[in-house]
Order: sequence, then C-alpha cells, then structure tokens
Amino acid sequence: MKVTIDGIEIDVPKGTTILQAARMIGQEVAPPTMCYYSSLKTSGGYCRTCIVKVTQGSAANPTPMPKPVASCRTEVMDGMVVENVTNKDVLEARKGVVEFLLVNHPLDCPVCDQAGECSLQDLGYGHGAATTRYEFPRREFERIDIGKYVQLHMNRCIMCFRCVKVAEQLTDNRVHGVMHRGDAAEISTYIENVIENDFSGNVIDVCPVGALTDKTFRFKSRVWFTKPVDASCDCKKCSGKVRLWMKGEEVLRVTARKDQWGEAEEFICNTCRFDRKKTSDWKIEGPTKVDRHSVISQNHYNHLNELKVQVLKQQKALGFMDINKRP
Amino acid sequence: MGRKLLIHNDKVPGINTLEVYRAHGGYASVEKALKTMQPDQVTDEVKKSGLRGRGGAGFPTGMKWSFLAKPEGVPRYLVCNADESEPGTFKDRYLMEKIPHALIEGMITSSFALGAKQSYIYIRGEYFYVARILEAAIAEAYAAGWLGKNILGTDFSHDCYVQVGGGAYICGEETALLESLEGKRGNPRIKPPFPAVAGLWGCPTVVNNVETIAAVVPIVNMGGEEYAKIGVGKSTGTKLISASGHINKPGVYEIELGITVEEFIYSEEYCGGIRNGKKLKAVVAGGSSVPILPTELILKTAKGEPRLMTYESLSDGGFQTGTMLGSGGFIAMDEDTSIVKNLFTFSRFYHHESCGQCSPCREGTGWMEKILKKFLDGTANESDVDLLWDIQSKIEGKTICPLGEAAAWPVAAAIRHFKHEFIEIAQKKKFVDISHYDRLNKIRA
Repeated sequence: MKVTIDGIEIDVPKGTTILQAARMIGQEVAPPTMCYYSSLKTSGGYCRTCIVKVTQGSAANPTPMPKPVASCRTEVMDGMVVENVTNKDVLEARKGVVEFLLVNHPLDCPVCDQAGECSLQDLGYGHGAATTRYEFPRREFERIDIGKYVQLHMNRCIMCFRCVKVAEQLTDNRVHGVMHRGDAAEISTYIENVIENDFSGNVIDVCPVGALTDKTFRFKSRVWFTKPVDASCDCKKCSGKVRLWMKGEEVLRVTARKDQWGEAEEFICNTCRFDRKKTSDWKIEGPTKVDRHSVISQNHYNHLNELKVQVLKQQKALGFMDINKRP
Repeated sequence: MGRKLLIHNDKVPGINTLEVYRAHGGYASVEKALKTMQPDQVTDEVKKSGLRGRGGAGFPTGMKWSFLAKPEGVPRYLVCNADESEPGTFKDRYLMEKIPHALIEGMITSSFALGAKQSYIYIRGEYFYVARILEAAIAEAYAAGWLGKNILGTDFSHDCYVQVGGGAYICGEETALLESLEGKRGNPRIKPPFPAVAGLWGCPTVVNNVETIAAVVPIVNMGGEEYAKIGVGKSTGTKLISASGHINKPGVYEIELGITVEEFIYSEEYCGGIRNGKKLKAVVAGGSSVPILPTELILKTAKGEPRLMTYESLSDGGFQTGTMLGSGGFIAMDEDTSIVKNLFTFSRFYHHESCGQCSPCREGTGWMEKILKKFLDGTANESDVDLLWDIQSKIEGKTICPLGEAAAWPVAAAIRHFKHEFIEIAQKKKFVDISHYDRLNKIRA
C-alpha cells in the first residue's frame, strides 16, 4: 500500500497505522505520541497529540476525512495522503492539545524525577506555548504507594492509560485502574500497596510523565548526572536485557532498554529492576548511544569527541572564533 | 391537527397493559412482519420510509440496518438506546412510561428484520421506575407469546432484556453504551470498527433510539411509502418534540415534520406561545448540545424563508446561522433569560459528564466551566470571551466521541449570537443574577 505523508511516499504492508508509516519515514514527519505504545495492544487514541489531517482517504475514495484523525489508531489505505507538519491546522490543534494536557499538570519539573526523560517536557518544548492561559487552581492529589516499589503522584498524570494496559496485558491480575470520570478521573488501586506482581515495575517505564516513579531511585540523582550503560544477565523471568543508570561504580537505577521513540524494547521483571543493584550482578555490554539532542547526553564520554567536532564545524561555518584559541 | 403515529393513544386508560394495547391495534406489525414478510422486506420498507435516527444525529435508519454485517454463525444484536440524557429531552421517557408496548413491539419487529435473536433495552439509571414499567410489559409479552420461542408459530424466536445503566450521559454514545452493557466502564470506543461490524461482545450490533424503534411499528403497518408521504423532503414522518422553557404549555408533542417553528411555538395545539406575554429571545432547538439561535434566526432562515421543523431547514445556513433538529429537545427562552447563565448550566453539565478518556474534552470542559463561572461572579474580563472561543475551537472535532462537540457547540453559538451579553458583563455594565444558585446551595446544605 502506498501512502504519502507530508509529501513523502512510502510503501507499507496492509494494517499499518499512519503513525507507524510516519515512523518508518523518520523522525521529521512522525507525530509525537503520549499514550500510544507499540508493544501494548489497543493503546493510543486518548491523548490526541498525534492527530493528523487526511486530505485524501484512499485512491478509490479520494474524499478527505472531515475531522483530524488519531494517526496511532487509523490504518492506512492505498493512496492515502496525510498532512502532519505541513498542515498549519494540525500544528495549531496539536498546540491546543498540549495546552489541555498541561492545564492540570503541576509543572513541577525542578522537583520531578522524570525531568530530562519526560515525554511531556519534550512535547511542551516542541509544540507548546511559552506561557499558560490557565489561571485556576490545578487539581491536587495525595501521593500514594501503589506497590512496594512504585509511587503514584497523580498530580502529574495525563491519563494515557498505558500503565493500565501494561497491568492488563503483561500481568495476570490487574489491580489498578481508572476511577471517577472527567477531570476528576484518577489512576488508583483503591487500596494502597496492592501491586505485587513480578512485572509491575514496567508501569514506571511506560509512564510518559513523572506520575509513576521508582521508589528505589526517587531523588537519588537527576537523570543527566547518571551514565546509562546497556547490560544483561541470565534472568529466569525475563530477557535480562536492561539499561543501568550509573554514577561512578554505583548502579542507581535499572530500566528497560528504550528505543528512539522512548518505548521499551523488552519488558523486564522486578527482580532485575529493583534487586540487582550491583555491577557484579550484570554483564556490561557498553555505553548506551544517547541522542545528542537529549539532555542525558551531556557530560557523557562516548559522544563528547563527536560533539566537539560538530560544534567546531558549525562555528567555523558561521565564522566564529575557535573556542580553544581564545586569548 | 397533525397526524400522530406514536403517541396517539397516550390518553387511553390502561394503554400500558397488553390487553388494552392489543385492543387498540397493538402488535399488528409483528403479525404482519412475521407472517407475511421476509426480514429483508421489512428493512426495505424502513428504507422506503426515509426514517432517520431520532436520537440526535439523524442518520437514515434503513441504511444503518443494511450496513449490519451478517457473517454465518455469529449472533447479531439489536440494542435500544434508552439512555436519554440530553438536557431538554424527555420524549423517550414519555413514550416508554405511557405506552411501553410500543417500544417492545418495535423491538420485536426490528429484531426480525435484522435477524437478532436477542435484544437489549439499555435504560439510564434515573429511569429506574420506567425500567420497571418496561419489565412488567415484557413479562406480559412473554406470557402472551409475543416474546420467547417460536413467536406466532414461526421459527423466529426472540428474547428482550432491560439493562439499567448507572446514569451517565456518556453511556448514550453508542459505543460507550455497549461497553457499559458488557459490564465495563462506559468509555467510548475508538472507531472504526463500527458497531455494525463489531459491537456488543464483538458481534454485529445495531444501536437505535427508542423513538426510532417505536417508529418502525407504524412504518410496517402502513407501509414505507405511505409513511414517507408525511413530512417534507428527506425529513419524513412524525417526530416527538420535548418542549420546555418559558412557554405556556411545556410537554411532549408529536409533530409532522415540516410544520413551521413559528406554528410550533405560538399555536394553541403545541406550545401555546411564550408565557406571561413576554417576547421570545432564543431557542435551543434540539437538546442542549445544538447551537442556540436568537428569535430572528429561529423563526426565519438567513435567506428569509420561514424555518421549518425539519432536519434540513433547521440546519440551513450551517452553524453560522442555523442549528440542528438533534434529539428534539426544544428549549424556548424569554427576553429576561441570561444566555451566559444558561450557558454556564450547560457547560457545567458537560464538564460533569465528560468521561475523562481524551485530553481536549477532559480538560477543556472543566476549563470552560471555570471561565463561565467568572462571568457569573462578575470577575471576568473581555479577553475571557476570546479565550472561551479559542478553547471551544480546540475541543471541537479533536475528540474520540461527539461529547467534545456537544460541549463546544453551545459555547460557540452563544458567543456567535450573543457576544454583546458577554462583553456587557465583562465591562461590568450588567451582572448575572445568581441568587437562584444561592438558594439552591442553601437547600442542598
């Protein structure tokens, strides 16, 4: 099936969604996502950040779709023409969605553990407005421990439903869900400290914001002061392929390995995540390749030289003075 | 007098019982359909009748039925949407309360056409007493052999169930209704797939409004072509209108589609004019979600033609100068009404009823309500009007289900036609009388 996204044509198999097709083309045209997670079935469609305009439904029926559609839940048709970054209305609508997502978000990034690897931060930076027009008190909740290792800070939640889907699809029993409705809706276990499952830690990885955090890592360090390395171990429960976040020789945190879209490649078990916190537990494979635009890449040895060369090149091109030869 | 097909017997004593209902020609459509017609013929009659969905969207019913997937070995379902929650709409309640058998007869005939062995009436929680009336009627129908195995000796068997919901507006959205019926949280599903392909428990399902299903009865009895003669153009047949607001005779009226709005408001047969001799200020023609129109636009279209009570005429001029027939919740407001206060009431409702699934509706509805509250408190300024307009434009069309639009349209229309009222309040020239709310709060406390 041929589909054109922002003027770029690509051939994709039947059943591919617009979002997947856009991701195949590349980062430039891929819509941002907050609730979609490729490894979770029926995820997506809620946050509305990935909305795009379909200007031609298919080759057989070229009428445009009247409303913007959620690209993560819309399958492509042969001859479909989609506009994302080339359509002003889409960008304006997305700006609106970002504003809505931030209406009840506390914007407490300076004290939030997710800062630096937060999807909402990236989204707000890329698509949001500089100031808020919301002048009313934001909704507030108490922090609760929903499991031994996981803390829920509902203030920051954007209702992406990913953690609910993880519990539903990865574990035997889902014990948390959504209570109430509208802007009073909240993720809750109803009874505290009940999430015991071996794979429950994955809710932390799928959470796009700082609503679900690792209690073994909370306030230990900002993520950009840690060095991520890929490591593995022989685990009986999961693949054992993880990412260690280290400070010196100390393992501060263990997470799943995430791909360029911020999604876990393979889910890991709680033993790997919370109990194996010594370097001797792991076989270290090497440093993680971090995108140089990420704040996490700062101070990191593996890209520093590459970065320096790039910066020098840029400076030379712009006719700047060489930083190393400053009098 | 206009013709009445649905509630012509509503004043007959005992019409809620099977005996009286049958004596007045009840269940004739079941007899006719099951004994003399094929299922497809019934669907054809509905198609010929031009019947359009009476729940609000006005989608042609015959077409909806013909979209129903019919794979072998998979059950099909008919679901009746009796979750009538749109503010200003109470026609289905009246019909079910007075003539419950009209709905059940329609359910049987429609199920025969669709080949559905089971059907469900999903009724809102607040109508629990109506659910009891329906259940009593269903028990009567079972006892008389109108429901159950081999109805009238044919091989058509049918079971009909009543399911009471929890009282959420969102469960009137068809996919949220199905979720709720399955015992889950009533969140709208993401479409496609549509219920006609994968509805209740993943099986092909048709969801129709109470009035739509009840209208199948006269259509089968009199024939689709005869039914289509009533009305104007593509708006055929009769429609129940719930008239409320500042009129002399509020209530449920059955009208022939095609009478003028002026006749409906001022004639003695229907609303009987505006009460206390006041002037009409504005009308919400089809339930709270449709755009409000000022008097000059509701009585005459922008072209100067008289506005008719039809799907087409009411939507003439788009949303710039028109509105929608919607569910037929006709709310008239006199000259003393504050549009801002009325809008606050509507917005508060949509904020309360938003399911919380998708971000624009979840956050936007609450935000709009808070801004409108500022107008009531007298602390709003002129920029708030533009902000309101901007928020509604960012909700409309960006949500999973139509609740987003339902929340955005009234705000847009109120600002479009009555912007001066907002500005006057913002400039502190006028204030909204909110003593009414104070009294209410005292009663609640």
